Amino acid sequence: MDAFTTHTGIGVPLRRSNVDTDQIIPAVYLKRVTRTGFEDGLFAAWRRDETFILNHPAYSAGSVLVAGPDFGTGSSREHAVWALMNYGFRVVLSSRFADIFRGNSGKQGLLTAQLAQDDIELIWKYLENEPGAPVTVDLVSRTVTAGDIVAPFEVDDYTRWRLLEGLDDISLTLRHEQDVTDFEARRPSWKPSTAVG
Amino acid sequence: MSGTLAEKVWDAHVVRRAEGEPDLLYIDLHLVHEVTSPQAFDGLRLAGRPVRRPDLTLATEDHNVPTTPGPITDLVSRTQVETLRRNCEEFGVRLFPMGDAEQGIVHVVGPQRGLTQPGMTIVCGDSHTSTHGAFGALAFGIGTSEVEHVLATQTLPLKPFRTMAINVEGQLQPGVTAKDIVLAVIAKIGTGGGQGYVLEFRGSAIRALSMESRMTVCNMSIEAGARAGMIAPDQTTFDYLQGRDHAPTGADWDAAVAAWSQLRSDDDAVFDAEVHLDADSLTPFVTWGTNPGQGLPLGAAVPDPETMGDDNEKAAARHALEYMGLVAGTPLREIKVDTVFVGSCTNGRIEDLRAAAEVVKGRQVADGVRMLVVPGSARVRLQAEQEGLDQVFTAAGAEWRLPGCSMCLGMNPDQLAPGERSASTSNRNFEGRQGKGGRTHLVSPLVAAATAVRGTLSSPADLDGAVGAAAPAGALAGASSEEKN
Repeated sequence: MDAFTTHTGIGVPLRRSNVDTDQIIPAVYLKRVTRTGFEDGLFAAWRRDETFILNHPAYSAGSVLVAGPDFGTGSSREHAVWALMNYGFRVVLSSRFADIFRGNSGKQGLLTAQLAQDDIELIWKYLENEPGAPVTVDLVSRTVTAGDIVAPFEVDDYTRWRLLEGLDDISLTLRHEQDVTDFEARRPSWKPSTAVG
Repeated sequence: MSGTLAEKVWDAHVVRRAEGEPDLLYIDLHLVHEVTSPQAFDGLRLAGRPVRRPDLTLATEDHNVPTTPGPITDLVSRTQVETLRRNCEEFGVRLFPMGDAEQGIVHVVGPQRGLTQPGMTIVCGDSHTSTHGAFGALAFGIGTSEVEHVLATQTLPLKPFRTMAINVEGQLQPGVTAKDIVLAVIAKIGTGGGQGYVLEFRGSAIRALSMESRMTVCNMSIEAGARAGMIAPDQTTFDYLQGRDHAPTGADWDAAVAAWSQLRSDDDAVFDAEVHLDADSLTPFVTWGTNPGQGLPLGAAVPDPETMGDDNEKAAARHALEYMGLVAGTPLREIKVDTVFVGSCTNGRIEDLRAAAEVVKGRQVADGVRMLVVPGSARVRLQAEQEGLDQVFTAAGAEWRLPGCSMCLGMNPDQLAPGERSASTSNRNFEGRQGKGGRTHLVSPLVAAATAVRGTLSSPADLDGAVGAAAPAGALAGASSEEKN
């Protein structure tokens, strides 16, 4: 995983709440067995509408998605994160994220920055008035800068540390393999096994 | 110290706890399917890591499988299924492939084999893993990176959650089911209302539910945004489990029941939030919009977006009505459907099929309506056929299919055409979920079946001369649970 400290890129105002992962990438795109190439499925249904924000030339190369509340609800598909990242997004800003989506994002290096809805509204207005304007997201100071707007965001300390260091979870856990082995020795013997029965 | 059920299960699985870090939790059972696992196995291969505990891992083919006889014709679907077979072979994971007597939707297979037991931690790369919480297990959906993490380490680093009690007191009226309870809960707290929480469903109406119905309730916890849903195990749970393939036997059974009996929230346990729902006044619930929180009693009318709370809600409702092709003020009962789908991990168990069969028995599916009945697993299908339910469905003009996820998400050929409208016993009414441009109304199996007969959203009470139509699911056909073997 690449380390993330600060990122500046074109902001995309997505004025929709409850953007579920079926909208981010419909199920028909989930049949691949790779982690790449999902950008064509990103917001597939909405992109057929030529007025959709990503079809606007000023926003099409966006890398900071500014979304309404409850982003990433629904299915646990990590393909939603791959689709966003394959397309070029590095950050999603929202006032509320679905738990599984936020977890998946943190593992892939997509920053989910939680802002107050009032700040989201200000950034939306700014980006709509200034199509193609850059947004800077600083993970060190936990602030988003868009024009004159400087807004703080929340991200939990552990995810922030992992993103800043670019550390992957499995290697971190394997440092404590002995703890896992010790725990296994304490498990009740009647717990089920899939191998028999 | 007193605690909630969820906290007790969590605490019993902490492998490692350190200041400023997530807890490392041990995972008792990891369920795998073809859609969210290929990239995880690939990750293991690249890093040269084995599956740590193949004996705590089980795979099934469900999302892509066709529900009509024959091979998978879609090339990419087939590749995904074949990739799972290769991965299971290479890493020594037990697999129930298409055509196997044990194949089925992952969340139907685990419980019916007795693999899902109280107090366990259960994960799967599928958000509806919350289903298994019906047994008092802490069960939740994970992403593919986490699937890889569990395959490699049998653990997950997890941040603590908050707890929410959903108290459902009273007695359900005839014709009102577990599905109506959970749709009403989601409408009440919203699709984000459960975010960061594990829900515990409690109260007399929950205790009165069968295991199948409890699974329906917990299954849709995720649609309220919750991490998981749980119900404390009791005699109903133990009776369901005893004698199943993977349930403990002899002295082990006694030890297990003794441990399971401790699994309840203490009387003085404090929940971070509490919600109350009155079971007596509940009526059949249907959704009108494009998220599971946009639901109302069947007797209501399509709501007016301008009367909604904030601007976001208004905009979402306006957008939903446009997508759904609905006009505010239209009685929900007047909405005509083209398709009725009975199945899915929400309502594809034997009790659900019995309930739907009882309603269509001796009746005909309305002209211009197609009704698909898709059992949740091969075992459910077999049992239904032994009870003659397949005959009831086909005599009524419905299609009797092979088990799988099917039209719940349309990864196989079972899809809605653009503009088509369904009454569906599944869990998500998202835009395009059941097929591009398809419109979905989430309903209970009883409402689905009555809708198939009348052609418009209906409950069994709307049918002429309804014999048994007003009986609650589970009271039908003297219902016992799914067969154990």
